[in-house]
Amino acid sequence: MKNLVFIEHADGKVKKASLEIISVALEYGDVSAIVVGDVDSATLSQFGASKIINVAQDALEPYSSGAYAKVIVDCVNQESPDLIFFSASRMGMEIAPLVAANLKISMASDCIGFSVDNGTVKIDRPVYSGKSFVSVAYNQMPMIVTIRPNSFEAKENPVSAESVNFAANFEQNDIASRVKEVIASVSERVDLTEANIVVSGGRGVGGPEGFAPIELLADEMSAAVGASRAAVDAGWRDHTDQVGQTGKTVTPQLYIACGISGAIQHLAGMSGTKTIVAINKDPDAPIFKIADYGIVGDLFEVLPILAEEIKKIRS
Amino acid sequence: MKIIVCVKHVPATDARIKLGADGKSIDETGINFIINPYDEFAIEEALLIKEKLGGEIMIVTLGESSAIESIRKGLAMGADKAVHLVCENVALADPWAVANRLAEEIREHDSDLILCGKNSADAQNQQVGSLVAAMLEKPVVTSVVEIEAEENTVTVWREIESGKEVYELSLPALLTVNKTEHEPRYASLRGIMMAKKKPVETKDVSIENGAIVVEEMSLPKAKEPCKIVGTDADSSGDLANLLHNEAKVI
Repeated sequence: MKNLVFIEHADGKVKKASLEIISVALEYGDVSAIVVGDVDSATLSQFGASKIINVAQDALEPYSSGAYAKVIVDCVNQESPDLIFFSASRMGMEIAPLVAANLKISMASDCIGFSVDNGTVKIDRPVYSGKSFVSVAYNQMPMIVTIRPNSFEAKENPVSAESVNFAANFEQNDIASRVKEVIASVSERVDLTEANIVVSGGRGVGGPEGFAPIELLADEMSAAVGASRAAVDAGWRDHTDQVGQTGKTVTPQLYIACGISGAIQHLAGMSGTKTIVAINKDPDAPIFKIADYGIVGDLFEVLPILAEEIKKIRS
Repeated sequence: MKIIVCVKHVPATDARIKLGADGKSIDETGINFIINPYDEFAIEEALLIKEKLGGEIMIVTLGESSAIESIRKGLAMGADKAVHLVCENVALADPWAVANRLAEEIREHDSDLILCGKNSADAQNQQVGSLVAAMLEKPVVTSVVEIEAEENTVTVWREIESGKEVYELSLPALLTVNKTEHEPRYASLRGIMMAKKKPVETKDVSIENGAIVVEEMSLPKAKEPCKIVGTDADSSGDLANLLHNEAKVI
């Protein structure tokens, strides 16, 4: 089979989630990678993309989901892939449905399981906020799949890659919604949704300054910082940091919940984590029902020492 | 300003999910249903725009007959009228089919602005809003956290992983709404009384699920009980060692 993979990058560095989808696609045939802008293309072939389709960024600046979708549709029409993969990132989840609508094909969102059996695509995805999962079969090709970050391993698989240029053609109505300005978040930290480790704070943190020991521990592990809805609604953290039902869904290797009681809406956003640690003064907090390890104690006493201990291990 | 808000009737976010007898859906017994949370934020944004610019808000819902509860709630919050496309088995239906039917309905009405929740809390596909926009050939911005509407334009802030993007759109347009700063209002008693008299047009419809088959639904695997490492800061070293040697995550 032929697969087309949409690559996302930050200033030329390919996002880990994009490498993960190359690895998924590679299990089922050749991978062509379409990328807008200059990117470290050696990384793409290192992970198995045998064709790199480069689209010059200047024509597509500033970002417009409509123009990106149009370019990908043109590329699909030329390359005729069986499967088209996106990461279930903000960008992937904005562009992919527009491509699906234009090509009049189905799309499966946010998959955590993927296989192809005799021309039938089978996917697993969380529903009801991760409180259950569905296995869905699609008797249709081509189709579009978006893959949840951190759900599959990015595996190196070096190949030699052909590199081609692809012209961006779009009409004025494709850029009817176009970015006017980007407000970068002040944080230099890794994205919550891509992070391997997340340290989160909740009501028990007590105020915006209470996030200092959480930041300290996160710094020690190059982790992202998250927050519960209680902390966001109290104005202590921005909504960008919110993990849970009306915030982000994270799937790190390690999630450290500090002063978070563990409302079911919060668990919805982080229950896909491999290892969960809870630090909470209340031994009856529901977070301990889902955690793997817990300390029943004061986070302000525990976190600084935990940061020291982790520093020792990592050095 | 004529605003259409698409609303889905979904299980409450604190509902405990159990599997239904067919193994492909949930057991709805005892589950409380609500307006999809992001759709509720969308209604609130629509009400704020109407308060500023005047106009009319119409709710469009594709859902079982019980979805009338969410429609009435939206009307009680302040929406003016509604269309209820009565349809079975909508929860996990093909987003394409859902969008197609919604688009067909929306085409029959004048609208300057169409608002959808970013995703539904049940199927959580994040597709329907964008698909409707593409089908209606209207510009779309997804995951919007702030809206500033004028007569013919709208400025919106979209949340992305690394910050926010600002867009300025000419109307008509479609936005999918994330959580915003504006907590959805409670319906007043007067609103609830008035909602009973507001027009709700109902149509029986059906949608095709196409090539998609839900084969199985499952629940998360039961977790091992939590290992309580200790009750004070002195246990931090033990925890760090467990994370390093046993869980192998640091």
